[in-house]
Amino acid sequence: MKLDSKIPGGPLETKWERHRFEMKLINPANKRKHRILVVGSGLAGASAAATLAELGYEVDCFCFQDSPRRAHSIAAQGGINAAKNYQNDGDSVWRLFYDTVKGGDFRSREANVYRLAEVSNNIIDQCAAMGVPFAREYGGTLANRSFGGAQVSRTFYARGQTGQQLLLGCYSALMRQVAAGKVRLHVRMEMLDLVVIDGTARGIVTRNLCDGKIESWAGDAVVLGTGGYVNVFFLSTNAMGCNVTAAWRAHRRGALFANPCYTQIHPTCIPQSGEFQSKLTLMSESLRNDGRVWVPAEAGDTRPPHRIPEEERDYFLERKYPSFGNLAPRDIASRSAKEACDAGKGVGPEVGGQRRGVYLDFADAIARLGREEIAGRYGNLFQMYERITGEDPYSVPMRIYPAPHYSMGGLWVDYNLMSNLPGLHVIGEANFSDHGANRLGASALMQGLADGYFVLPYTIGHFLATHRLEPVSTDHPEFRRIEAEVSERTRKLLAVEGTRSVDSFHMELGTLLWNQCGMSRTKEGLEEALTRIPAIREEFWENVRVPGEGEDFNQSLEKAGRVADFLEFAELMCLDALERNESCGGHFREEYQTEEGEALRDDEHFCHVAVWEFRGVGERPLRHVEELEFENVKLSIRSYK
Amino acid sequence: MKLILHIWRQPGPKAPGRMERFDLDGISEHMSFLEMLDLLNEKLTAEGKEPIAFDSDCREGICGMCSLVINGVPHGPEKGTTVCQLHMRHFRDGQEIWIEPWRAKPFPIVKDLVVDRSSMDRVMAAGGYVSVNAGSAPDANSVLVGKDTAEQAFEAAACIGCGACVAACKNASGMLFVAAKVSHLGLLPQGREERMRRVRRMVEAMDQEGFGNCTNQYECEATCPKEIPVAFIARMNRDFLKAALFSS
Repeated sequence: MKLDSKIPGGPLETKWERHRFEMKLINPANKRKHRILVVGSGLAGASAAATLAELGYEVDCFCFQDSPRRAHSIAAQGGINAAKNYQNDGDSVWRLFYDTVKGGDFRSREANVYRLAEVSNNIIDQCAAMGVPFAREYGGTLANRSFGGAQVSRTFYARGQTGQQLLLGCYSALMRQVAAGKVRLHVRMEMLDLVVIDGTARGIVTRNLCDGKIESWAGDAVVLGTGGYVNVFFLSTNAMGCNVTAAWRAHRRGALFANPCYTQIHPTCIPQSGEFQSKLTLMSESLRNDGRVWVPAEAGDTRPPHRIPEEERDYFLERKYPSFGNLAPRDIASRSAKEACDAGKGVGPEVGGQRRGVYLDFADAIARLGREEIAGRYGNLFQMYERITGEDPYSVPMRIYPAPHYSMGGLWVDYNLMSNLPGLHVIGEANFSDHGANRLGASALMQGLADGYFVLPYTIGHFLATHRLEPVSTDHPEFRRIEAEVSERTRKLLAVEGTRSVDSFHMELGTLLWNQCGMSRTKEGLEEALTRIPAIREEFWENVRVPGEGEDFNQSLEKAGRVADFLEFAELMCLDALERNESCGGHFREEYQTEEGEALRDDEHFCHVAVWEFRGVGERPLRHVEELEFENVKLSIRSYK
Repeated sequence: MKLILHIWRQPGPKAPGRMERFDLDGISEHMSFLEMLDLLNEKLTAEGKEPIAFDSDCREGICGMCSLVINGVPHGPEKGTTVCQLHMRHFRDGQEIWIEPWRAKPFPIVKDLVVDRSSMDRVMAAGGYVSVNAGSAPDANSVLVGKDTAEQAFEAAACIGCGACVAACKNASGMLFVAAKVSHLGLLPQGREERMRRVRRMVEAMDQEGFGNCTNQYECEATCPKEIPVAFIARMNRDFLKAALFSS
């Protein structure tokens, strides 16, 4: 299969500008003749739905929550990057581009990342104009803070609730279009399949989560902004409902999946406190601006932190990465914490036979800046920590440990954010293209909004203007066929009537993946996972118990469908990790590391995107390759020392 | 820990509901309240019974999806805390707990503890935005916003739209929710142009949806998980009066 990334020619700096000129337009009066289905209402989905409606398209927007404002983008804390250079510290579009490519360990597309850096400034302007209450200086200008993987201060923020404020901005724009009659909103509605007619994505099939009704929706284009898949690990920082279903169903219908093994383990999360835990809570990476990460220098030292003198502490990030220190990128900070805990230096309670935690200590910052200043910067985060752990971080150092947080992999898209299936567009975390093998902090919000506000609205017009689409209604036999398949699957889940709960399977899968396909991976471990996953899947379909009925509000059934898809997806994730015989970014294969334990890339053989084609459950998928060409950055060993 | 739970069960929007008693053992004090309900649901599933339907998503206090009334108080006994962030260490071994859904006319029950809050979305659609299309914004620093104004706007913008204020109010008033949005946007220069239009339309939509009026009981402020002050309601009333008097 030939993968055409459709990256425009010419110099990097002018690719997007020229492409925008070369793309075909749709007459304003004709836009209302096109219906676009947007699945998901997070930063990417809501901004796309609102912007497409502003342009004149007819839009349907779907979300599984009870309101579009609940999408998981809301939980992002730290901030959003932009190359404004308001701090006069030497930032530029080029520097943001370079930092992002380097942060991604040279596994992303140059042209996509450059475009992202280019539109980053428009995003800040747009959000400020919509009334997003960004942090300000006394003079009234916007404030910035520093984030991991950068030496300039380019992160815009709204206390520790940046995602919430940005999402509420998109949500308000979306509701404005709902009121204008341009967007039809469908809440508590989950996409369960994609409908492809004559090779083109023409619609979706959904389940109404209130009454179980299976319905079809037809359109001229389908946009998936359905988020990431790290809930496959069961315990992650994602919301309970986050899932891979929409993306996976599209994959089963022919959309290619890229780099599924690239998952991000976030370094600053509250450690697990017991077996009953349903999710892990992230503490914004911005805490690393002022907090110092340390463990006792001696393994097995169980003294309380205030009794461990300065010289008996190991500030391991500052020691190993003196120039970036506590602001080393996420993958590096996470792995270092794991190493320390594996060496017996972990702190906090034992869970599963190991102390999994390192200190994040604010004592120095409080002494230097005062308690009030620290409260101003991180007050709500400190409060959240205290609420969950019952400990006061102003007097006792926080305990943190890495947790699955974000997926860099996703459905394959070209430069126009369209998958290999014409008409199917994928935006935000659900696609793969901009973060390579590791995402830098404050880049996810940037990418979601870039895709939704400033990229897709142009490229989708080009698609519609250059493809002759026959009118299709939901009476088409293909809709009927897929509706029947979806109903049958639901019936099957309910009919198993086994003995184990859905969660017990999800937990079993998650533990296996965390051990074998988590922060570090080995050939043996991945091979073991690949033999165990099909067995878990088999048992699931023989022994799961899904109580209740299909034509009803049934949360067990919702979960069962999502876990069934995770059980198929997990295999692809492990296979991708096994085939990528190198370490890069968040993908760390123990066999491939430098003498100092850093990720060892193999640019000669793996400077490419691994793109997978579905061939049936349990069948080996086909691995295609999109070579990555770096014309503007020199591939180097990522050093943060 | 062991608890005696009384939980509202209602099979559907139109079916009658009732309280059902459950005795639950094996609860850890480190569990969140919702993890305690997860435990109960696992037990019910194992017994072949139907689990209790309740809403939650982020479980870190920001999405606003969770919505339980615990012993008569929306989001339970801890101040400034959503129910997903409430931990079992705040309860006693052997305690009896009553769990109910949000009860308010504009929030019809979907099932058990799950309610339909789309009325709040419709109030937002009436005017909870700044009318600025993507692409038409000036440079962000060309409009200055004083730090104090930004902070005050933020305080209002912190609303998570959970509806606890409505559930806590004997009148099922949505005033704190609406006032938070009206104040957030009205305080900022970017939202000033539409300030009068916005307040009129949102208040009108709020009345149409069946939310009640404010009679200054301040239950809303007391239960708001983001501790949004009722002073914003006074602010909204001033804006509304001005809008009613001075615009056509």
